[in-house]
Amino acid sequence: MTRSLTMDRPDDRNRLDAMAQGVIGQPLDRPDGPAKVTGTAPYAAEYPVDGMAEGVLVTATISKGEVTAIDEQSVLSMPGVLAVISDQRMTARAAQGGAGEAPVQQVRQVQYYGQPIAVVLAETFEQARDAAKHLKVTYREDDDAVTDPHDPAAPTETYDEPIDQGNLAQAMAQAAYAVDVTYTTEGHNSAPMEPHASIAEWDGQTLTLHSSLQMLAYNQKELADSLDLAPEQVRLISPYVGGGFGSKLGISPEGVAASVAAMQLNRPVRVVMLRQQVFQCVMRRSETTQRLRLAADANGRLTGFGHEARVSNLPEEEFAEPVTQASEFLYPGEHRRLAIELARVNLMTAGSVRAPGEAVGMQVLESAMDELANAIGMDPVELRLRNIPDQHPSEGIPYSSRKLVECLKAGAERFGWDGSDRTPGQRREGEWWIGTGMANACRVHNINEAQARVTLSPDGTAIVASDMTDIGTGTYAILGQIAGEMLGLDPADVLVQLGDTTLPPGSGSGGSWGAASTGSAVFEACEAIREHLAEQLGTTEEELTLKDGFAIAGNRRVALPDLLAGAEVERTGHFKPGEITEAFAAAMYGAFFAEVAVNAYTGETRVRRFAGAFSMGRVLNEKTATSQCMGGMVWGIGSALTEELTFDARDGHLVNPDLAEYHIPVNLDVPHLDVVLVDERDPAGSPLQAKGVGELGICGAAGAINNAIYHACGVRVRSFPMTPDKLLAELPDP
Amino acid sequence: MRPFQYMRPDGLGHAGQLLGDGARPIAGGTNLLDLMKLEVEVPDRLVDLNRLPLGGIEPTDNGGMRIGALVTNSACAADPRIRRNYPVLARAILAGATFQLRNMATTGGNLCQRTRCYYFYNIDQPCNKREPGTGCGAIGGHNRIHAILGASDSCIATYPGDMAVALSALDATVEIERPDGTSRQVPVREFHRLPGDTPQLDNVLEPGEVITAVILPPPAGGRQLYRKVRDRASYAFALVSVAAVVRMDGDTIGSAALAFGALAHKPWHDPRVEQLLAGQAPSDALFHQAADLLLQDAEGQGENDFKIPLTRRTLLAVLREATGGAA
Ligand SMILES: Cc1cc2nc3c(=O)[nH]c(=O)nc-3n(C[C@H](O)[C@H](O)[C@H](O)COP(=O)(O)OP(=O)(O)OC[C@H]3O[C@@H](n4cnc5c(N)ncnc54)[C@H](O)[C@@H]3O)c2cc1C
Ligand code: SF4
Repeated sequence: MTRSLTMDRPDDRNRLDAMAQGVIGQPLDRPDGPAKVTGTAPYAAEYPVDGMAEGVLVTATISKGEVTAIDEQSVLSMPGVLAVISDQRMTARAAQGGAGEAPVQQVRQVQYYGQPIAVVLAETFEQARDAAKHLKVTYREDDDAVTDPHDPAAPTETYDEPIDQGNLAQAMAQAAYAVDVTYTTEGHNSAPMEPHASIAEWDGQTLTLHSSLQMLAYNQKELADSLDLAPEQVRLISPYVGGGFGSKLGISPEGVAASVAAMQLNRPVRVVMLRQQVFQCVMRRSETTQRLRLAADANGRLTGFGHEARVSNLPEEEFAEPVTQASEFLYPGEHRRLAIELARVNLMTAGSVRAPGEAVGMQVLESAMDELANAIGMDPVELRLRNIPDQHPSEGIPYSSRKLVECLKAGAERFGWDGSDRTPGQRREGEWWIGTGMANACRVHNINEAQARVTLSPDGTAIVASDMTDIGTGTYAILGQIAGEMLGLDPADVLVQLGDTTLPPGSGSGGSWGAASTGSAVFEACEAIREHLAEQLGTTEEELTLKDGFAIAGNRRVALPDLLAGAEVERTGHFKPGEITEAFAAAMYGAFFAEVAVNAYTGETRVRRFAGAFSMGRVLNEKTATSQCMGGMVWGIGSALTEELTFDARDGHLVNPDLAEYHIPVNLDVPHLDVVLVDERDPAGSPLQAKGVGELGICGAAGAINNAIYHACGVRVRSFPMTPDKLLAELPDP
Repeated sequence: MRPFQYMRPDGLGHAGQLLGDGARPIAGGTNLLDLMKLEVEVPDRLVDLNRLPLGGIEPTDNGGMRIGALVTNSACAADPRIRRNYPVLARAILAGATFQLRNMATTGGNLCQRTRCYYFYNIDQPCNKREPGTGCGAIGGHNRIHAILGASDSCIATYPGDMAVALSALDATVEIERPDGTSRQVPVREFHRLPGDTPQLDNVLEPGEVITAVILPPPAGGRQLYRKVRDRASYAFALVSVAAVVRMDGDTIGSAALAFGALAHKPWHDPRVEQLLAGQAPSDALFHQAADLLLQDAEGQGENDFKIPLTRRTLLAVLREATGGAA
C-alpha cells in the first residue's frame, strides 16, 4: 500500500515532536560507520566478480575536432589486451544531475581535452592502462576551440531570465554608500575519495551495474537510454559511495563504457577512472566572474542590489552555475539586477559541485558586503542585521522559517566577535598579521520526489528500503532515526537498506534534499503504519503512542509482536514537492566567523579559528549534521585559499589533475571548527520540519576568510583562491 | 604501467651489474612508482635496493655522520644526533611530504626525486626532460612553480625536494658506488645539475651508479633554520625554501651558509652571498644587499615572477631570525 503526499502547504502538525521515542536529533553513530572504517563496506570496484575484464578509458588529446581513426591493431597484440571499443552508445560526458536521459554520446566528436573517446579492455588493469596509453588515435582538429575559460571573445549567451527591477544605476548614483566590485573564482573539482568506478554484468536480458552514484532512479534511466534498453533491464547497485559532491549525480562515462563492453564481450567488465580522469572528464565547477553592485542609504539599508556573473560550459549543456541563487532573496534593495551570462567553451563539462551557485556566489557576495560595511564604517554583523527583507524582494512571497538573526547572534557569541573597530592591520603577532571576518551563510532549500518502503516485521523490528544513496552523509543513520521515532523503536532495531534500484525510488542525494525528501517518504510510510496499528489497537493515530516496542493508548500497553500477531505491515511512502515550492522562499541560513593569520613576509594565510552557526530546520542527527557543516567549512577553506583548476589556454588541458597539485585543504590547514546548530522547525521545509544541511557550510565560508584577511593586513583580494602570490603583490614591506 | 622485470641483487656489486641501460634502482618507490604508473618512467628492469646493507646512521672518523642511502626520511629526522647537531636537516625533512611518505622515502631516493613540472608528468605534452627534443611545455604555459635561476631555453624545471636543500647548506657529500665496485664522493652542491641543453639529466649519477650514503661534515653549530613557503600548510612542495646555518661572532655574522629550494634545477647555493654576509654586522640593508646579489640574474617566466620578491622577503625573514633580530 502506498501513501502519497504532495506538499502544497506547510505541515504544521509537527508530528515528530509529538512522538515518544526520543531518538530524533540524537547524535547517534552511523550504523554504516564500523563497516567503513574496517574496510568491509564494499565500494563499487570492490565486488568480487569472477572472470572480470578490466577496462581503462582513453581520452582525447585535442580540445575540439573529430576522431578520424583509432588503430586497434596498435594495441591488440599487446599482452592481455582483449578489445578496443569506441561505440556510439558510449558517453562523452557525464549526465547532469536529474537528467534522466543519456548525456552527449558522440565520443568521436571531440568537444574538450580529456573527453572519453574509447575504452581498452584487457585481462588486468595494468595491461589495460598500458594499452590505453599506447592506442594510436588520429584526429582532425578544428581551429576554433575556446580553451581559455576567461577568454572575453568566447561566444556568450544570457542564461535564464535576468531579474531587472527599478533603476540600479540610478540607485548607485544616489546612494549614500556604494560598492561596485568585480571578483573572480576559479574552477573546482569535487575530488571524491572514491574514484568513479563501475562493474557491469550482462546476462542477455538484464544489465547489473555496481557503480558509485548519487541518484539511482535517474541514473537507471540515463544508463538505459544510453544503451537503448528499457529502464527495467537495468539494475544499479550503490549501497556505499565514497563521496560524490555532485560529481556522481549523473551516470558517468566509465559506467556506460563498462556496460557496453560487458554486452560486447559477454563477460563482466570493470572500469575504474584514473585519478586524472576523475579530474578531467566528469564535472567541474565553472570559474566565475562576478560583479557586485551594492547601494545603501545612510543607515546602511540596501536600496540597490546587483549581482551579475559570467560562467562557462560546453556547447549543448544547459547547466549554468547558478551564482545568483541566494542573491535573489537574501538581501533587500528595490532596484535590482541579477543576471548570468554563459560562455561556451571547450573545457570539461561544468555541472553541480557541492552547493552549485551559493558556494562561489555567496563567498563573493559576502566579501562585497564586507567592503560595504567598511565603506560605511559599520560592524559587518550590524550591516547584515539591518538587511533582512520582510518578503522576497522580487516575488513578494513570504519566507519560510528563517533564523538568520539567531545564527548571527549565536555565532558571534560563540566566536567572541567584536566588530567595533574594523580598521585593518591593527594586530600583529610576530611575523603574522591577525584579523577576523564574518559572513552570512545561505543556501536554497530543495525537495525532490521520493519513495521509501517501511516494513514492520512480526517480531517488532522494522526495515526501511529505498534506492536512496548514502554518499557519506549519514543517510543510513537518519532514516533509521525517523522510522525509530515514528514507530517507537530503538534505531538499532531498524534495518535501513539503500542503494539498489530494485527498491522503491528515493530522491537520490544531491542539492541537500536527500534527508528532507526521502526522510519524508519514510515518515509517510510510518504514518500509514501507525494508522494501521492504531486501528488494531482500537484507537486513533493521534492517540497512539509507540515507544520501546510497545503500542500504548489510554491505559492499554501492548508489545508490538503481540499486536501484530504474526502479520507484517508494509507501507510505501511517496513524497512529492507541490505548490509549497512556489509559495515560500525556503532556505537554510547561518553565519561564519573566522580568524586568520597572514604572514607579513610570505603572504601565506592560515585560518586560526573558524566558527559557524547554522539553522536547517529540524536537526535529524546532531552528529551527522555537525559533520556536514564542518565538511562544508573545510571546503570553504579550500575555496578561499587553495583550490583551483588550472587549464592550459593553448590546448585546454588541465595541468593539475591530481591531489598533489590540486590543493584541497589538509589537516594542518583546518583549525578546530566550532559548529553551533540553531534550533528550528520549518513546517514549510518538509513534514519533518527539516531542511537540508549538506551544502550550507560552504555557502559564504570563503567570504568570511576573505574579510578576515582584509582585516588582518588591509589587502582585499578579489580573486579566489587567495594564494600567497596574490597577497604578496600588495603586502607592505615586512 | 609498462611490464618490467623485477630484480633483487645479492650485493652492491651485483646491483651495479644489473643496473645499466633501461634499468632503474628502486628504494621507497614513492616517486618512481607514481611515474611508472603514468609511464613518465618506463624502465624495463627494476633493481630493488631494499635488501642491500645501505641502512644505518653512523658517526664518521672526523666527527661527522654517515647516513645510509636506505635510511628513511622518518628515521633520519627522528635520530637524536641529527636533531641535536643538524637541526636544519631534520626540519627540512619534516617540512616535506607526509608521515606516510616519509616512512617509505629514503635518503638516496629523496636526492633523486624528479621535478614536479606539470608537463613532465603528462606524457601527452611536450617535455625535453622526459623526451629530449620535444620542446618545453612549461615555457609559455603554466610555470608558477618553475625556476627563476639557472634555467635554460630547453627546461625551466625546479628540483622540488627539501632535504637536499638542507644538505646543501650543510655542505654534505654524496657517496656513490660505481658499477666496477669503486666509489666516489660528490659534494651535494655539485650533485644536481642545471638543465642546459640536456635537461633529461637531473644529476651527475652515471648509468649503473648507486648512492650508498650521504656524509655530513662535523656539526656546524650556529642557528639552523629551514623556512618553507607553500600553498598549503602541509603536503605541498615549496614555492621557495631557505636553509640557513648562521654562526654569530659577537655582534657580527661569523658565517652564513645558505641554500635555496624551488628556485632552480638544483638546490641553489651562491657562495658570493655567503661571502657578502660573513664578518658583517647584521642589518636590513645588508640583507637586502644579499638578496640583490642572490637575485641578480633571476628571471621570471610570467606566472612565477612572484618568486623573485618572495625569495627576497623569505631571505629577509630567515636572516633576521637567524641573526637574532626580531621579526
Ligand atoms: C604527494 C607527494 C608529496 C611530496 N611532497 C614532498 C615535499 O614536500 N618535499 C620533498 O622533499 N619531497 C616530497 N615528496 C617526494 C618524496 O620525498 C620522494 O618521493 C621520496 O623522497 C623519494 O624517495 P624513495 O626512496 O621513495 O625513492 P624512489 O621512488 O624509490 O626513487 C626515486 C628515484 O631515485 C632513484 N634512486 C633511489 N634510490 C637510489 C640510490 N640509492 N641510488 C641511486 N638512485 C636511487 C630511483 O631510481 C628513482 O629514480 C612528495 C612525494 C609525493 C608523492
Ligand atoms: S620545464 Fe623541463 S620538465 Fe617542465 S616541460 Fe619544460 S623541459 Fe619538461
